[in-house]
Amino acid sequence: MILHEFLSFEFLRLAWWVLLGVLLIGFALTDGFDLGIGTMLPFIGRTDAERRVMINTIGPVWEGNQVWFVLGGGAIFAAWPLLYGVSFSGFYMAMFAILASLILRPVAFKYRSKRPGRLWRSSWDWALFIGSAGPALLFGVAVGNVIQGVPFHLTDDLRSVYEGSFWGLLNPFALLAGVVSLSMMVMHGAAWLTVKAEGAFVGRARIAGERAALIAIAAFLLAGLWLAFGIEGYRFAAPVAHDGPSNPRLTEVLREGSWLAAYAARPWIAIAPVLGVLGALLAWRGFRSGRETGVILSSALSITGIISTVGLTMFPVILPSSSDPVSSLTVWDSSSSHMTLFVMLVSAVLFMPLIIAYTAWVYRVLWGKLKEEDVKEGGSAY
Amino acid sequence: MELDIVELSRLQFAATALFHFLFVPLTLGLSVIVAIMNTVYVMTNRPIWRQMTKFWGMLFGINFAIGVATGLTMEFEFGMNWSYYSQYVGDIFGAPLALEGLMAFFLEATFVGLFFFGWDKLSKVQHMIVTWLVAIGSNFSALWILIANGWMQNPVGAEFNPLTMRMEMTNFFDVIFNEVAQAKFVHTVSAGYVTAAVFVIGVSSWYMLKGRHFELARRSITVAASFGLASALSVVVLGDESGYSTGHSQKMKLAAIEAMWETEPAPASFTLLGWPDQEARETKYAIRIPYVMGLIGTRSLTEEIEGIEELVQEAEKRVRSGIIAYDALMKIRENRGDVPPEVKLQFENHGDDLGFALLLKRYVDDPREADEEMIRKAADDTVPHVWPLFWAFRIMVAIGFTFIAVLGYFFYTASFRGMRFPRWALRLGVLIIPLPWIAVELGWIVAEYGRQPWVVDSILPTALGVSSLSVGQVAFTLAGFVLLYTVLFIVEIGLMVKYIRKGPTEDVAETEAWMDRHRKRLRGCADDDEAVLTPGE
Repeated sequence: MILHEFLSFEFLRLAWWVLLGVLLIGFALTDGFDLGIGTMLPFIGRTDAERRVMINTIGPVWEGNQVWFVLGGGAIFAAWPLLYGVSFSGFYMAMFAILASLILRPVAFKYRSKRPGRLWRSSWDWALFIGSAGPALLFGVAVGNVIQGVPFHLTDDLRSVYEGSFWGLLNPFALLAGVVSLSMMVMHGAAWLTVKAEGAFVGRARIAGERAALIAIAAFLLAGLWLAFGIEGYRFAAPVAHDGPSNPRLTEVLREGSWLAAYAARPWIAIAPVLGVLGALLAWRGFRSGRETGVILSSALSITGIISTVGLTMFPVILPSSSDPVSSLTVWDSSSSHMTLFVMLVSAVLFMPLIIAYTAWVYRVLWGKLKEEDVKEGGSAY
Repeated sequence: MELDIVELSRLQFAATALFHFLFVPLTLGLSVIVAIMNTVYVMTNRPIWRQMTKFWGMLFGINFAIGVATGLTMEFEFGMNWSYYSQYVGDIFGAPLALEGLMAFFLEATFVGLFFFGWDKLSKVQHMIVTWLVAIGSNFSALWILIANGWMQNPVGAEFNPLTMRMEMTNFFDVIFNEVAQAKFVHTVSAGYVTAAVFVIGVSSWYMLKGRHFELARRSITVAASFGLASALSVVVLGDESGYSTGHSQKMKLAAIEAMWETEPAPASFTLLGWPDQEARETKYAIRIPYVMGLIGTRSLTEEIEGIEELVQEAEKRVRSGIIAYDALMKIRENRGDVPPEVKLQFENHGDDLGFALLLKRYVDDPREADEEMIRKAADDTVPHVWPLFWAFRIMVAIGFTFIAVLGYFFYTASFRGMRFPRWALRLGVLIIPLPWIAVELGWIVAEYGRQPWVVDSILPTALGVSSLSVGQVAFTLAGFVLLYTVLFIVEIGLMVKYIRKGPTEDVAETEAWMDRHRKRLRGCADDDEAVLTPGE
């Protein structure tokens, strides 16, 4: 097989860095509103019928949405195996918490309506809350830790050794990042409810959405200030080959200067944080003025901007090590081989458009607002 | 302490995988059975077939939810508990997992919602297509997972790169068309079809015994028995294919399954039953059938199947060769940029045996310092525990042949004896419901436990694949998963039983009305007006 040499190793690494971002954004845009609605469920839905409408607005689509998460995991494994091994084993207890709560979610969806008892249903409502708010918060916490650098080192055999603890993950900056992630998903969930549902609770969802949008903006800006004054960045000690072997120990990364230096070097990336804030502002105004489609587009724009900000600010670093900066993983030294990246890119280029096309078709078939009359007991509704 | 981490990590993986695999086979098979029923509905337009699609579809849905939930764990466990494995072989192993998401899981998960919620929003034909897409997605999913697993059994299309300290892909098509993976795929999905067929027959038999939902049960048995019989035959044939491909790619596993302690003159005899004694390397009380093993394993009368004794001697040679490869690897690492050509040559000649040197890591940090005793022990370590494999395999095969007989009987009676099942047969149908699960779990044990001490055959010992975690962490998550899964299991079984007891609840009036007209017409006194109202009957 020499076909893969048509595309350079450097290009493929860059393409997979972009695709990693696309998958994370895809996950946040689709499963994001599921997580947001699950988080609001016990507070916004006051009667059982209201809660059932809320659940059924996402009932037919959450399974497909969740695949973005599964595919994200698979793509990290295939394209960035070191990142997959180092981060998942390093964030071991946090990953367990995310898994345990995500396992509760599908089961809660499926089983909640299968029995009428009040205790049965409210137990599953809280399971849904944990299964939604937990991951939404923890994803942000994980990103917050990545930005600060994670205490791990790689041995000469490239075995990863994590030196921190679970509680160390819950530091102030990481929790702030968690607030950003949780609030943007609540905003997104509220936006989805205004598009997909009718009923008294939609008004409550709008108010929640307004507040979430403002909290997201405030927390995001605060995190930016923190980065400017309180957190050191990482950079290569010397320029490195972009097609070198995937061995982080062969390249030297330093902890020095500020992450925000990236904005001096590549001013155009400022568009990402601007979109993050602007989108949330538009969403906030949309919630207030009763818009529907506009709100969800604005909130999607905001999420795209916020996630892109993280990636673009850190580029080319992916997972910095705070205790042994030489072990840091970057775009140029932690990818899969040239051939694997090529095979995966070809598959992604063939299948991603197909996936987006049939997902769009499914959403179109299910288009329309849901009311309390639509969720009769005993039918196929959740 | 390190051994404890290995054992706990293995225990956790085995527990979560075996639990996940309680739901996968039923999902695989039921998705196809439901799609067949949906197709019959579209072709005949008879409401009963829609009712059947919805009823079995609901049971499919309950099962699917847990399958997906527990599948999440599998996807992330490699990174969490097996991070060195992920680094060492992720370049190859990660690709099929990602492709599974891209080509299969997206398909089934996106359309499964429409299967349940789309009845009123789609035309009949559209809905049928959606159902088939779910079934195709599920089955494709299994294909990619088994390509990944097949590579662990028979690692083709890859080689070790000393600079990145990992295996790297050299030929993607070799990985996909790996003969072990292909045989495993058909064997596994067929086993899933049998599981679902036995489940549908069992539940339907129970309805017949109770005198309920006769029309639904009768049609369900017709579909399940024919589908199940074909699948049961395929399981056995492809199981044999699996055995054949194991015969030349994983000789040690085959020898262990068959308790072949020594090489016999060809064609070897097959040990039907016996008690394998690992210490003495002999099988006590053995009942042997001449020639059969040689025929299955080599499909010839002249080729020999190597016994454990000889394979251990070969392993010892490879351990020694692996030490030379390890030495070359260390030299390459010291020299980084410019490696002397003789070192390069040294690695090229012995690199394939590097994994065998890693077996020594259990006894000594640097394999180059291993003594004779350690080398001998490492070679002995390549022998898996024989008796669990020997017995797991035999029970699995016996259950497989039982299914051919039972499903053959149900097929015959349903097709040619007008569904006149005696009560004992219906009771048998209910009683055998658990058997497929026993068989598939044992099948997993034969495949995975039989590969030990390797996580990737001859490449990476299982003990080296683990993450650098503390015993407390893994013990905690193991306990957490066991607790969570136990609750899920109780809830799942409770709901399954509840909904089976309840029987079909949708489209009842419509189906009854059609049934009345249908019976009248069969008696030759159909009301013409009514017949016109429902075209296509």
